[in-house]
Amino acid sequence: MSAPYAKLPAWVDYGLIPLINLVVAFMVAGLVVLAVGESPLRAASLLIQGAFGYGEGIGFTLYYATNFIFTGLAVAVAFHCGLFNIGGEGQAYVAGLGVALPILWLDQIMPWYVVFPAAILGSALVGAAWAFIPGWLQAKRGSHVVITTIMFNFIASSLMVYVLVDVLKPAGSMAPQTRTFEEGGQLPRLDWLLSPFGLDIGGAPFNLSFLLALVAAFVVWVVIWRTRLGYEIRTMGHSPKAARYAGIKESRIIIITMMMSGALAGMMALNPIMGDQHRMQLDFVTGAGFVGIAVALMGRSHPVGIVPAAILFGVLYQGGAEISFEMPQISRDMITIIQGLVILFAGALENMFRPAITTFFATLGSAGETKTAPAAE
Amino acid sequence: METFDTLIVILQSTVRVSVPLILAALAGLYSERAGIFDIGLEGKMLAAAFAGGAAAAVTASALMGLAAAIFVSVCLALVHAFASITQRGNQIVSGVAINFIALGATVILGQAWFQQGGRTPQLVEGARFSTVELPFAAEIANVPILGSIYSNLLSGHFLLTYLAFALVPFTWWVLYRTRFGLRLRAVGENPGAVDTAGISVTWMRYRAVICCGILCGIAGAYLSMAMTAGFVKGMTAGKGFIALAALIFAKWKPVNVMFACLLFGFLDAMSIRMQGNALPLIGEVPVQLMQALPYILTVVLLAGFIGKAIPPKAGGVPYVKER
Repeated sequence: MSAPYAKLPAWVDYGLIPLINLVVAFMVAGLVVLAVGESPLRAASLLIQGAFGYGEGIGFTLYYATNFIFTGLAVAVAFHCGLFNIGGEGQAYVAGLGVALPILWLDQIMPWYVVFPAAILGSALVGAAWAFIPGWLQAKRGSHVVITTIMFNFIASSLMVYVLVDVLKPAGSMAPQTRTFEEGGQLPRLDWLLSPFGLDIGGAPFNLSFLLALVAAFVVWVVIWRTRLGYEIRTMGHSPKAARYAGIKESRIIIITMMMSGALAGMMALNPIMGDQHRMQLDFVTGAGFVGIAVALMGRSHPVGIVPAAILFGVLYQGGAEISFEMPQISRDMITIIQGLVILFAGALENMFRPAITTFFATLGSAGETKTAPAAE
Repeated sequence: METFDTLIVILQSTVRVSVPLILAALAGLYSERAGIFDIGLEGKMLAAAFAGGAAAAVTASALMGLAAAIFVSVCLALVHAFASITQRGNQIVSGVAINFIALGATVILGQAWFQQGGRTPQLVEGARFSTVELPFAAEIANVPILGSIYSNLLSGHFLLTYLAFALVPFTWWVLYRTRFGLRLRAVGENPGAVDTAGISVTWMRYRAVICCGILCGIAGAYLSMAMTAGFVKGMTAGKGFIALAALIFAKWKPVNVMFACLLFGFLDAMSIRMQGNALPLIGEVPVQLMQALPYILTVVLLAGFIGKAIPPKAGGVPYVKER
């Protein structure tokens, strides 16, 4: 970020450049489609058709997007503090316990609207607790949060296998999963949200946690841009030295940010467990924690960018299922490639096209805003 | 005698599973000592395993497989280098991206080329590496203790196994006894000083990352062409991250890397061995705990509770020439 690029208009910075990076990522993905002998154009149209063509498709798209809003926000919040939380996957996985345990305890005696707050609280607390340890280790012991969160993903995965196989599995059952929840542990679907548009979500598990995700996005915006805590977090992210100079308590901010990040990642567990499968299974996170990295990078760590980026990845997941159905050569692993390419071009290579674009805008003439002023850090 | 035989068997499988860890961790050592963090070890290893398996299946030659594995791994390493050295991008983000691309591409291409659900065809004799019998291994197998150690533990491994262990002192020699090694370490600690001395930081780092690619390529080839006969999707199964953990555990030193990898390999071998068996003194330990142990140990080490792990100073920071 310290590279001395000329200041560009905001819409170029936040709109055009991410878009170009995205287009390049998709073009490279198109090459892979060509390499397996299919037509990228047909794949693209199948993708759009599968994701938007009918009510159930839209329902699934938004269901996946819900996961990615949570994990994208989680990564973004940490980014603002200069922390790279790769542990969303593990935090969401362990937070499944925070969802499942209150439900297993309450679902037979309470209606869903009593169970839901308990599950939200549970997931956020467990997710925050799982992120607290790397945060604390970074703040107090100087161990790098990237490495510790990677390690914690693996520890989480071992822990959850143990818990599901040896503790929570009902007696006499073979599958490593909890019992199916009763009515009280099931979130209502949001068919009423789409039916005014004449769309029927069919069997899609589009549920209330989508609205919770939007609320979370709003809360993140308020906290990061409209509170003192958020200001301190962003100061830390921009310049830890300046933050220290201003008397901001570094370790406190690091720990709080990581816990917020973990809580957001943790709440993702509500969607598949309480909103869809109504039981906790092995590997229910299915990589959503990692998709969050791509979503946060594409959305420029701003909730207004993250929601559409999450929906884009929802489209990829749902449309990808459609492609793999129609084109046997292309399985859903195609999404993994696209995800990797988006991370590569929108994250690691984000400045690759910037010099060219800067020159382009500079030659456009002496339009006042393209004056070469040093970028503010 | 029976306990002794069990021990030999466990140590034998320790060596077997440690080899890809040693190769990958040494790969990470070159890169990280030069100041380029690499969490893409997993992806490079996976891509190399696939390329090796695929090329060996097509050409029926183990050497061609190895060459393909190294080539693909180096290509990915160059992508990482371009992103993090030339474009000064975030090294962690780039590494994460490479892991995803490799994970997806190996399955898609594998399915498209071989139609076996992402596997490569079973490799025939000659297309995979075979084991090497050391001289007189069969003759002295019956000598008590020593014979068993020699013929079962030391002999009968793949050529790549011996190569991996030979690379440990070789890496030590390169890093600490050659000019290249001195500069490589310097560029990871204080690139400004190296630049002042008139040596190109960029070129130095590129070379280090290429070394990393070559070693990851060999590690991948070992997985798909020696340990097993063919590529299976996702076959690295976190080994790249264990190697990363071992590298930190070894505090970025070559000989320590070998011992850390052997330790983690031993834990792995034990966890398979111990399933359902009780340990003396402790009782039955959940297998999952054994599997998580390398990661837990690394976290504890990183926290400085058992010594401090200090990474190369300039690690993770792109070098910007002063203007």
